[in-house]
Amino acid sequence: MYKGSSYGKANVNIHKDLVAASATTLVLAILAEGENYGYSILKRVKELSEGELEWTDGMLYPLLHRLLRLGYVTTEWRTPPEGRRRRYYSITEDGRAALADQQRQWVTVTRALGNVWQGPDPLPMTLGEA
Amino acid sequence: MDDLETQIVEWRSYVAKSPAVDGRDLDELDAHLRDQIAELNAAGLTDDEAFLVAVKRMGDLDSLSREFAREHHDRLWKQLVLSGENERASSMSGWLEAIVFALAAAITLQCARLAADFPEEEPTWLLRNISFFVLPFVAAYFARRRRLDLRGCLLTAAPFGLLALVVNLYPYGPDSTTEMIVALQLPVLLWFAVSYPYMGGTISSHERRMDFVRFTGEWVIYYALIALGGGVLLMLTAMIFKPIGTDMSERVIEWVLPAGAAGAVIVAAWLVESKQRVVENMAPVLTTIFTPLFALMLTVAAVAYAVSGLSGDFNRELLGVFDALLVVVLGLVLYAMSARETTGSPGPMDRVQLLAVASALVLDLMVLGTMLARIGDLGFTANRVAALGLNLVLLVNLAGAAWLSTRFLRGRITLHRLERWQTSYLPVFVVWAAIVVIVIPPLFSFD
Repeated sequence: MYKGSSYGKANVNIHKDLVAASATTLVLAILAEGENYGYSILKRVKELSEGELEWTDGMLYPLLHRLLRLGYVTTEWRTPPEGRRRRYYSITEDGRAALADQQRQWVTVTRALGNVWQGPDPLPMTLGEA
Repeated sequence: MDDLETQIVEWRSYVAKSPAVDGRDLDELDAHLRDQIAELNAAGLTDDEAFLVAVKRMGDLDSLSREFAREHHDRLWKQLVLSGENERASSMSGWLEAIVFALAAAITLQCARLAADFPEEEPTWLLRNISFFVLPFVAAYFARRRRLDLRGCLLTAAPFGLLALVVNLYPYGPDSTTEMIVALQLPVLLWFAVSYPYMGGTISSHERRMDFVRFTGEWVIYYALIALGGGVLLMLTAMIFKPIGTDMSERVIEWVLPAGAAGAVIVAAWLVESKQRVVENMAPVLTTIFTPLFALMLTVAAVAYAVSGLSGDFNRELLGVFDALLVVVLGLVLYAMSARETTGSPGPMDRVQLLAVASALVLDLMVLGTMLARIGDLGFTANRVAALGLNLVLLVNLAGAAWLSTRFLRGRITLHRLERWQTSYLPVFVVWAAIVVIVIPPLFSFD
């Protein structure tokens, strides 16, 4: 379903569970930047992760539909002046609240990991170069 | 370019075969595919190459439709029959299974009838236990279909065993009212017991609970259809056998009617399971026709009651009528909910439905007010407690539903929250039915 990319210099293979767990937060965070449509959201994901994080494209849509059902996003079909008809998604107040909550969780987790791998040259980097 | 267009159309029709993906999803995936192809084209790939890469990135159809199915559970439910040849084979074997269980229920009911010597004698134990001769077979049918393990089977059987003991060990007095109340409530309670095997043991899942609500609604439609057909058949049978002797036609009906009524319970359940698609087109139509009619009737009644008042000819048993009314309104609400897309936005039908619910609530509150004001001279009887309790349980449910659908119409919440309210409320109905069957008889000394 989800796959970590294997190109780029660090050559990090992100486990599919981790990709799946972070997907919701990432999509909500991208939509918090402004309304967006599927293809462009995926491009933004690649951009933000510098190509390290890549999803199977089709899987984004069931995820977006789940957010829609939960009321975290709203959607609208629109045809921009130049370009094709696309389905735009934008975040709701509920979505922002959920994002804030998830953000707290991720910050806690990354802080804990950061603390355990203290120092300017953390362990994962060394492994990455190897 | 024409070539590319053909390829995209082919891909579309290929993806469209998955029951979990609907037309609008296809449009969305289509737009995505074209965006991707355009970008790859710009990077120097030919149409063919770009198409191949874009399709590959979209993901293979199996995992794609699995992901869609996980999210759009309700669509699968609507299209169970369409999923191809394998499914057809299993639904044929399901047919045999259903017939076996239906026959077993029919035979059990006939044995009980003969033991009771009905209709010459009319012992109350037969009436009280009637659902025990049929519903355990429905539960067993689902336990088998869902392939429950030993633990699951025991948990399925447990409520039936316990209730059979309770209902038959209680010492009801002669002409007991509580016994009649138990006879009426027991089928409801046992129907909820069927929900356990129906949901495959996962009773905490809200999605499965919604499926059970859907199942119940569609089962009612199928059962009513079979009953109509059966009625015509029996009427003609009686007329045809009349020349041979009235006694003869009575005998035939005596044997055919109970067996048919019992067997039809399981046949209807099987039909809902395997011929889902047929009813799927019926439930929305029925809701669309009857919601406005009920809304109209209820609004007129509410205004008329408000103007004329209740005091004139207040019937003591009016509460029972209003219980029935609230059940029907709740049924309409649930039908409408199960028949619509969960991500849809509010439409005019939602407003009409809210009007129906609000009018029913106003009417019910007026009746309840009068009832409570007179509770002093009417006194508490088992009948009144049962009717009053059911009324309160339904009132709270519909008040919650009305409040949530107002917020839904204003765009504050999604339909998902409304569904959650209904599925979370189901245990309240179970608890109340259990109280009526288990607690009320001793409370009124089995009178």
